[in-house]
Amino acid sequence: MMALDETTAREFKVVGTRPVRPDGVDKVTGRARFGADAYAPGMLHGAVLRSPHAHARIVRIDASAAEAMPEVKAIVTQADFAEGLSGENRNVLENIMAGERALYDGHAVAAVAATTAFAARDALKRIEVEYEVLPHVTDVDEAMKEDAPVVRDGAADASVPDGMHPNVVRYHENGHGDVEAGFATADLVIEERFRTEAAHQGYIEPHACLAQLGPDGKGELWCCTQGHFVAGKICASLLGIDASQLRVTASEIGGGFGGKTTVFIEPVALALSRKANRPVKIVMSRAEVFRATGPTSSASMDVRIGMKKDGTITAGEGVFRLQGGAFPGAPMEFSAMCAFAPYDLENVRCIGWDVICNRPKQAAYRAPGSPMGAFAVESVIDELCNRLGLDPIEVRLKNAAREGTRAAFGPRYPRIGLVETLEAARAHAHYSAPLEPGQGRGVSCGFWFNHAGETAVSLALAEDGTVSLSVGTPDIGGSRASMCQMAAEALGISYDKIRTTVADTATLGYNDVSHGSRVTYASGLATIKAAEDTVDKLCARAAAEWGIDRDAVVWEDGHARPAGPNAGEFEPVSLARIASRMGRTGGPIVGHFEATPEGAGVSFATHLVDAEVDPETGATKVVRYTVVQDAGKAIHPSYVEGQFQGGAAQGIGWALNEEYIYGEDGRLQNPGFLDYRIPVASDLPMIDTVIVEVPNPGHPYGVRGVGETSICPPLAAIANAVSNAAGVRLCELPMSPPRILKALDAEADG
Amino acid sequence: MNMMHVRATVNGDAVEFVCDPRETMLDVLRDRLALTGAKEGCGTGDCGACSITVDGAVVCGCLMLAAEAEGAEIGTVEGISEGGELHALQENFLKHAALQCGICTPGILVAAKALLEENPDPTDTEIRYWLAGNLCRCTGYDKIVRAVSDAAAEMRENG
Repeated sequence: MMALDETTAREFKVVGTRPVRPDGVDKVTGRARFGADAYAPGMLHGAVLRSPHAHARIVRIDASAAEAMPEVKAIVTQADFAEGLSGENRNVLENIMAGERALYDGHAVAAVAATTAFAARDALKRIEVEYEVLPHVTDVDEAMKEDAPVVRDGAADASVPDGMHPNVVRYHENGHGDVEAGFATADLVIEERFRTEAAHQGYIEPHACLAQLGPDGKGELWCCTQGHFVAGKICASLLGIDASQLRVTASEIGGGFGGKTTVFIEPVALALSRKANRPVKIVMSRAEVFRATGPTSSASMDVRIGMKKDGTITAGEGVFRLQGGAFPGAPMEFSAMCAFAPYDLENVRCIGWDVICNRPKQAAYRAPGSPMGAFAVESVIDELCNRLGLDPIEVRLKNAAREGTRAAFGPRYPRIGLVETLEAARAHAHYSAPLEPGQGRGVSCGFWFNHAGETAVSLALAEDGTVSLSVGTPDIGGSRASMCQMAAEALGISYDKIRTTVADTATLGYNDVSHGSRVTYASGLATIKAAEDTVDKLCARAAAEWGIDRDAVVWEDGHARPAGPNAGEFEPVSLARIASRMGRTGGPIVGHFEATPEGAGVSFATHLVDAEVDPETGATKVVRYTVVQDAGKAIHPSYVEGQFQGGAAQGIGWALNEEYIYGEDGRLQNPGFLDYRIPVASDLPMIDTVIVEVPNPGHPYGVRGVGETSICPPLAAIANAVSNAAGVRLCELPMSPPRILKALDAEADG
Repeated sequence: MNMMHVRATVNGDAVEFVCDPRETMLDVLRDRLALTGAKEGCGTGDCGACSITVDGAVVCGCLMLAAEAEGAEIGTVEGISEGGELHALQENFLKHAALQCGICTPGILVAAKALLEENPDPTDTEIRYWLAGNLCRCTGYDKIVRAVSDAAAEMRENG
């Protein structure tokens, strides 16, 4: 545990402070350029024709009337993309442009590019599509039944046991011990079924891009994305061009939460551009965002837990059925792996089923799969505590995973901070505050793995002693500030001497997407390593000037110094001084680092919620909310708090209001912010935060990553608060007024 | 479609433009006047990312036809700071880290500025209800409410 001890002892100068973010002024003055803010000379406007049916065979597409419009310069269908794709590329192509069948309401069927946005929309109306409507299914439990319509045959992989419906496409299990033996020793066993509806990531910026692809196979793409390297790679495959010939620039991104980790309109704009040989811009409408981009999965889950009278959990079992739209990929394995992750269990068994339905292909949403699993497990634990008369935090502490605990998903944990979050929650004034009549309190823990991923960073010195840092991970919530802080810390110079740029795909090595809470961890680690590489080169220049060995030079407070009296008597020389002379002492000084780091640190959170339920209307209000989470090390505490608060707010929406509502016809009935209601300012209380710092030994400064764990506990914490307020267990999300009234009526009827 | 000719004032500057009668004020600001600060998040008046002021009143730029702007005084996020000086709201949004992705920020600043002109000393609840038409998906609104409240206090102090 050397790394841990070193980190704990370390005194930081820049890390842990709260400087103004480098892109801040651009973003409060309207200067920042987001996806839809790009224009090009000769630019055409693209628009996409979408299926009005949940499931239909595309018999014929007649675009002749649209083609006859003088404003129309190109029309594309799936025939205009690469042939012979396989695996996920094939699925992505099918999703962004239908082939033989439309698989969900909103599925793209054709696209046009025209001289104006109005003309493009008019042209869509002139494309005739003949559909043969097929039976559809949009519910996960229905889709698994024997007589369910087949969404796509042959989509299942080898993990699925024989005899399952073709809509069941993947199977997963994890666990250890003997759950039946464990249940036999319990004083109380509770089993319950839970359901959650699909929620959309709800970023306020619709997908937007500007594409240029010439007949020579060379292209430029500007888009709002969480990962321009990945977007470029997929687009190149779908268009059948060389990845290196497509330069992708990430715009400022107006929210993603996982939903902008893949492509939708980008390959379509490129295909239109190639056909028209002019730049093409596509901006999705909000309805298109809801109908055709990834919401998260909906889930149906059975959880059974046994507990002794003293609170010891003797066994836990869960079955997690998730639908992820018309393609494989629903994150059921993460539900199964995360649900019991906070606990030290002798006997645990989890099963996951990935099921396809006639809905849009799910996309990652902040800790994909984990919030649903936590909702089910943490609700049952709460019910056990209620019936056994036990304190919910004490019970969680009694069973809490610690360093060395064998996780439900297999490995033994290194140093983790779950117990610290529970202790901080117990000590928080919120936990002992009295409740008003009609209010209930809820507690939940949550877990997420956090991710590392491929990462490349470059750090160049300017002659005036300032630093240009290039990263390849789009900045989705202030990461350029934390990169500047870590570089400043490692170099020993001030924060404002550094400018961090999200470099395009032609300028830097490959970088994985900004997802998995990985940016501050992985790009941060790479930044520190690149700074150390730079320091090594700076020390070498000083050593050469002094005529001593490189090893006899150390770097302290932004200066090269002789390592000790034996190294010789030399005045320390600053970074700025060495940089000013670098052209004459060996040329440009650039540090870099590229790797797939392996030390991502798992993280845990404990949330406390007070909720008030109106038994007349079924309306619920969250009146107090406290997030306690282990950040490892908070580089910029304000943005860490912001991630905590944002995750809690999204969780409140998912728990209380947000859901995809499908009609009998399989069409999405609420593709807009009026009917798909995300929390507004007047819905929420202040959200208190406690940052716990149990350093991750796998990062030089202890960072774990914070973006995702914050959405793992809220569904359960709110459900527990609402259930305790209403006096009846709520097992279906969202807990909208009609569902709460139904539960209250059922309880009254006994 | 016959184009229409419109004269208006945007952020104090006289502007003239021609537009399709179907174009919204937001379309014209962004596509014809190169003022891309106001954003289109929904196009249906639900998200407030396109908030602008028209003769002092906060409106959704996506719900107003550009042809209606004849003779009007339009204010956008680009007009909030004066010269090189940031407005107290802008300063406090930066200080409080009241933005993450920043896409809702232009609309929220425009709406908050209008609030403080009408009510220089709003309660947190008044701030929350005034901004209820401006969706933010990143922050949970906590830091936004604090930034608006602190900006208001600063502005009262500085008269």
